[in-house]
This record gives sequence, C-alpha cells and structure tokens, in this order.
Amino acid sequence: MEVVQLQGRLIEFTSSLFREGFLDDQYTQLQQLQDESNPDFVVEVVSLFFEDSERLLNDLTTTLGQQIVDFKKIDAHVHQLKGSSASIGAQRVKNVCVAFRNFCEEGNREGCLTCLQQVKHEYYLVKNKLETLFKLEQQILQAGGSIPLM
Amino acid sequence: MGDREEELHVLAVDDSVIERKSLERMLKKSDYKVTTAENGLRALEHLGLVEDAKQTTLEANDMKINLIITDYCMPGMTGYELLKKIKESPSLKKIPVVIMSSENIPTRIKKCLEDGAEEFMLKPLQQSDVLRLRNHVTETLVFKH
Repeated sequence: MEVVQLQGRLIEFTSSLFREGFLDDQYTQLQQLQDESNPDFVVEVVSLFFEDSERLLNDLTTTLGQQIVDFKKIDAHVHQLKGSSASIGAQRVKNVCVAFRNFCEEGNREGCLTCLQQVKHEYYLVKNKLETLFKLEQQILQAGGSIPLM
Repeated sequence: MGDREEELHVLAVDDSVIERKSLERMLKKSDYKVTTAENGLRALEHLGLVEDAKQTTLEANDMKINLIITDYCMPGMTGYELLKKIKESPSLKKIPVVIMSSENIPTRIKKCLEDGAEEFMLKPLQQSDVLRLRNHVTETLVFKH
C-alpha cells in the first residue's frame, strides 16, 4: 500500500479513537513528548502501561476471588490502574476505574465484580486499538514515509 | 561552563514507573536536569538525608536539587510526609516542593500548602504545568550566589 494511503488510514483511525472516547488529550500530550531524540517514547510508555495493567488485572481477579474480600487492597490496585490509564490517555479504562472505586468504598462485591469485567473489556479493547495504531505507524515508516502530526 | 548555571535540577518522586517516565520526559523537554526516585526514602537518599536524620551537607550540595516534585499517594512515606521531612531539615527546607495528586481533595490540598508546599498540581500533568515549575525556583537561585 502506498505511503499516502497508509497515512490517510492512520489519520482516520486515530481520529476515530478520539471520537469514540478510547483516547483523550493526555495521549496527545504523550505524542508531543516524542521527538528525534526519543523516537519510541510513546510505544515505550504504552508498553509499560500494558505490562503494569495486566499485572494489576491479575491481582484484582485474585483478590476479588477470595472468601473474604479485602476492599482496601482492591481500591489500592484500582487507584494505580486509574492513575496509569489517565496518564496515557486511556479514557474509557480510567472512567470504569472511577466507578470501580465507588463500589470499593461501599464494600459492594457484586458491583466490584461487574466493574472488573468492564475494566478488562475496556483494557483489551484499547490495547488492541493501540497495537493496530502502532502497526500502522511501523508500516508507514518501513515504506519510507513519516508519521503525520495530528 | 557559564550556560550550565541556568540548568535547573529537579528531583521527581513517584511510585508509578509509567508516571515517572512521563514526568521525566516532560521535565527534560523543558530543559531541566532530572533525577527520579520511586519512593520517599530514595528521594531522601538523593538529598543526602538518610532516615536517622544524619545529614551529609556535602552530598546535598553536590546534588544541587533546585526543586522537588512528588506524588502524594505513595506506599510507605506519602508525599506529604516527605514534604514534612524536607521542611524540617535545616539544609533542605529552602528547596521548593510541589505535590501532585490525581485526587482533588480540598482538605488535602490545604494541608500541603499550609505545611510548606509551593503548589499542588492535579494529575495527569501536562507540559504547561511542568513549564510553570520554573516560577517556584527563581527565588532560591537568587540566594545561591
């Protein structure tokens, strides 16, 4: 596929991610921090986010599966996930975390379980979207083109 | 050698590796020199102030930290506790401290500001927030020479 077509695809895809609320302005902030001296900055930070989130989601699953639920521990994990998703602009994930924390405060196990399902869903969605985005960027670079600034 | 005097050295403290990385990049992009720490204890070590309050003023001077920016919610020592330790230290109390938090809790903000924090910033931080940090440092620079 031609560079121009790939670039067009990337622009459309990225726009849709913002439009549909997967990403917010904080992602743009990250993109602006990337430059010639740090060409892989966004991928590096997002990769850290993926690692960190999957660990947290596993911990949450285990903790919520206990006989007696430690809501404080759950809240601490969700707080972390909320923070990291907010800092990379993963808006939908962050929003579920807000609701999740409310259920923690109430000690509502059912509510927490529902939120855990939702946050996993949103996380895997945004992970998939971002991986697609990075692949598109790679294709453009390999075809000799440059990433369009949005 | 002359130009180097203007380069401000910021100590950034946050337990999240993602937030440390973002903050470090933002600070470097604003031409600050950056040292990061993952918790309050590490931060105090960088500042030459170890737990038993034994000070090595030589180390503190070598590091020449012009500003400390710290997360509030950290396991072990909170950002507020770190602020208190810094303000209670004769050698460190002049260093401006900025506290960040993802939670907008007025009582928390008030307490931090009353106990010596220069500013309280809401996370996630943006480039414009980081650029503003310079405003808190000018006064201490005047005292240095």
